[in-house]
Amino acid sequence: MSPLINIFKKKSSTSNVQSIIDKYNKDQTRLMDILIDIQAEIGYISNESASLIANQLKISKVDVEQTLSFYHFFSQKETGKYTIYLNDSAVAEMMGRNEVAKAFEEAAGSKFGEVTKDGKIGLFNTSCIGMNDQEPAAIINGVIFTRITPYRAKEIIQDMKNGKAVNEMGLQSFGDGNNSSNYIQSMVSNNIRRKGPVIFSDYNLGKSIKKIVNMKPTDVIRDVKASNVRGRGGAGFPTGMKWEFCRNAAGDQRYIFCNADEGEPGTFKDRVILTELPKLIFEGMTVAGYAVGATEGILYLRYEYKYLQKYLEQVLEELKTANLLGTNIGGKNGFNFNIRIQFGAGAYVCGEESALIESAEGKRGEPRDRPPFPVEQGYLNKPTVVNNVETLCSVVKIITEGPNWYKSFGTKDSAGTKVLSISGDCMNPGIYEIEWGFNINDILKMVGANDVQAVQVGGPSGALIAPTEFDRILCYSDLSTGGSIIIFNSKRDLLKNVVLNFMDFFIEESCGSCVPCRCLTVLFREKLLKILKGNGVMQDIDDMISWGPTMLSNRCGLGHTAANPILTSIKNFRPLYESKIQQNKLFDSGFNLQEAIAECCEATGRQPIL
Amino acid sequence: MSKPIIATTSLAGCFGCHMSILDIDERILDLIELVEFNKSPIDDIKTFTKKCDIGIIEGGCCNSENIHVLKTFRENCKILISLGECARTGGLPAMRNNKVTVKECLEEAYLNCVTVDDNPDNIIPNDEELPFILDKVYPCHEIVKIDYFLPGCAPRADLIWNALVALITGKPMDLPYEVVKYD
Repeated sequence: MSPLINIFKKKSSTSNVQSIIDKYNKDQTRLMDILIDIQAEIGYISNESASLIANQLKISKVDVEQTLSFYHFFSQKETGKYTIYLNDSAVAEMMGRNEVAKAFEEAAGSKFGEVTKDGKIGLFNTSCIGMNDQEPAAIINGVIFTRITPYRAKEIIQDMKNGKAVNEMGLQSFGDGNNSSNYIQSMVSNNIRRKGPVIFSDYNLGKSIKKIVNMKPTDVIRDVKASNVRGRGGAGFPTGMKWEFCRNAAGDQRYIFCNADEGEPGTFKDRVILTELPKLIFEGMTVAGYAVGATEGILYLRYEYKYLQKYLEQVLEELKTANLLGTNIGGKNGFNFNIRIQFGAGAYVCGEESALIESAEGKRGEPRDRPPFPVEQGYLNKPTVVNNVETLCSVVKIITEGPNWYKSFGTKDSAGTKVLSISGDCMNPGIYEIEWGFNINDILKMVGANDVQAVQVGGPSGALIAPTEFDRILCYSDLSTGGSIIIFNSKRDLLKNVVLNFMDFFIEESCGSCVPCRCLTVLFREKLLKILKGNGVMQDIDDMISWGPTMLSNRCGLGHTAANPILTSIKNFRPLYESKIQQNKLFDSGFNLQEAIAECCEATGRQPIL
Repeated sequence: MSKPIIATTSLAGCFGCHMSILDIDERILDLIELVEFNKSPIDDIKTFTKKCDIGIIEGGCCNSENIHVLKTFRENCKILISLGECARTGGLPAMRNNKVTVKECLEEAYLNCVTVDDNPDNIIPNDEELPFILDKVYPCHEIVKIDYFLPGCAPRADLIWNALVALITGKPMDLPYEVVKYD
C-alpha cells in the first residue's frame, strides 16, 4: 500500500502542513506537490493551510488559491473520510454508471457532490479516469475500483460504514501482468489484445543506451528524424525536428517531459504502457535527454494513475542501480540524466504541452501563448521537449533497430505503429497496437463489433464517424488520432448519450481563459438541449454550424476542438438532428411560461393563470 | 406612401432608454415628419390600434406581463428592436439570475428588507391581478425573435437616431466608433 494512498485521513494540523512545505524546500515551483500531499494527508486544503503555504513560499495567497481552485482533485472543503470519484464519461454511462451512482447515493444516503452528514463518505463525479475498457470505474481514496455493479456499490458503502480500509474492501483478485506486482496490487486489467512490432515487441533493457553512448547526440537526432516518427499524442509534430529545435535553442539547462496526462476520454494506452513497459518509457526519456543535452526529465503523470506511483518510483531506483539513470550513464563520462515524477491533479487541459509545463511549475494549467514554443522557452523558461509516452517508447526501438526498420511499418506519411485504446460496444475492448493504415472496418472486425452506428475517432476532440466513412484510414493525413476509438451500436442515442456527454466534458475541462471556449461551449450545449427537448428549429442547426469557426480563435487545442462533438455529428449525422427539429416553424425560443412562473406560484401560493 | 409606424415599450427597464430616445432633441420634430407613433409611452397610446412596422423594446422580461406585452409586440410589429442592455442581455435586473430564488426575492422585498415597516401579517402580495414573477430575468430574444439589437446603457441618442433613419430610409447605417458604446 502506497503511503500516499490514504486509507484513513488524519485531522488537519498545521505541523503536518509545515512538514510537507519543508519537504519541498519551500519551493514555489513545487506547489502542485505540496497541495497534492496536503490533500492526500488531510483530505482537503483549508484556508489556513493556503495562508501558511503562501507565507512560507513567499507568494501571494491568491497564487495559492488559483492553483488550488483549478484542479479537480483539490478541495477546499472536507471530502469525507472515504472519497468516491465515480467516472461519468460516455462509455461509463453506457456500461451502467448511472445505476451504480444511484446505488451509491441510496446506500450512502447523500447525493453526488456532497459528503454524508457524519463526514464519512463523499460522492463526487470525475471525468474519464482511463478505465474505459473496464467501466464503470471509480477512484476511492486513491484505489481504483473497476467493473462496479450496483450490488458491489452497496457492499462498498456498507464496508465504509463498518470502517474497513479501502484496500481490504473485498478485492476478488488483482489484474493481469504487473497489476498484481507488490508495488501496484490493483484490480485494473491491462487488456492487451494485440501486440504490434514496435511498442509491444521484444525489449532489451538498456540496448539503446549502449548504442547511443557511442554516437554523437546530433547523430541520434539524425536517426530519429530519418525514421519520420511523429508525436503520438495526436498533433503529430515530427519528433526529430522538435529535438533539434530544443538542442539548438539557447539555454544553460534543458528538460525532457514525458506527457503521461492522457485525459482524452477513451484513451488508456499510457496506463498499460506505464504498467508493463515503464523502463522502455524511461529509457526513451534518457535517449531524448542525451540527444538534446538535457540532464533532467520529468514524467508528468495524471493524478488518476497515482496508484502506479510506488511502482514507478521503484523502477526508477532499479534503473539507477543498473547505471541506466543517474551519473555517467552507460559508463559514459558526463552522460547524466535523472527523472522525477510530477503529478497533475485532475485537469484534461494539462495534456496540452504548455499547460502541462505551467502545471509542473505549480500554476494553473492554462496554455501559454505561443511563440515562444516550449522547445525555446518551456519549463522554468528553459528549452524543453514534451513527448508522448508512446513517442518516447518508439524512439528506443528506432535507435536499436534503425530508422529504416521503423519506416517499414505504417504508411508513407505515417511511419510506425499506433497503440489504440478501443472501448464501447465491442466484444474485446482493450489495447491494440496496429500499423498506421488500418481503416475503421478493419478495426471493427478486429475488436468484434457488430451493428455499429458510429465510431468516435480521437476521443471527444476528434470526430464522430458514420458507416459511410468506415473505409477511411488511420494515419496523420486522414483520420489522425491520439489513440481513442469508441464504438457505438445502433441502440445508442448518439445525441443524448454521447454528444451531450462530450459537451459537458469540455465545459467542465475548459480552463476558462478564452471566451469562445468558456462561453460558446455552453451555448452549444443549450442549443443541443433545446433540440433534444423538441423546441429546435432549422435555424438552431445553422447557428451552431456558423459558430464553428469562432472556436478556432481559442488559444489551444482544447478550445479549437471543444465544439467538435456537435460539429462533426451535424456533419456526419445530420438526419439525427433534423428528425428532432420542428419543420413547420422558423423560430422557437423554447420559452415555457408555465415552467417560468412555477416558482412564483409556489412562493405566493397562487394558481397559475397563463 | 404612408409613414412607417413605430411602437415602443419599456419592460423590465428603467425608462433610461426611452429618455435616450428623447435625447435626440430637436430631431424629434424630424422624426415626427418621418414616422407615425402608435402604442408607446411617448404618446400614451395604451393598446395597438393598428399593425406597426417597427417595435422598439426597452428592458428584458422579469414577469408574466412583460412576456404578454412582448408577444403582443411581436404579433403587431414587422421588425422588433432590442434597445439597450436590459433588452439585449437582461441587464441589471438579471443580477438575481442563478443567485437568489423568487421566494428569496419576494421575502427580501416584502418581509425582510430594512425599509419594510408596516407588514404585521407578513403578507407577500398575491392578488390575482398581479403579474407572476418569472424564475429569472430573460433577454427579449430568449422569448421571441428579435431582428435588431442596439447596445448601450443607455444607447446613445445618436445611435438610436442613426438606426431609425437607416431602417426607415433603407440607407446604410452610420456607425462611428463614438456612437456604439456598451456601457
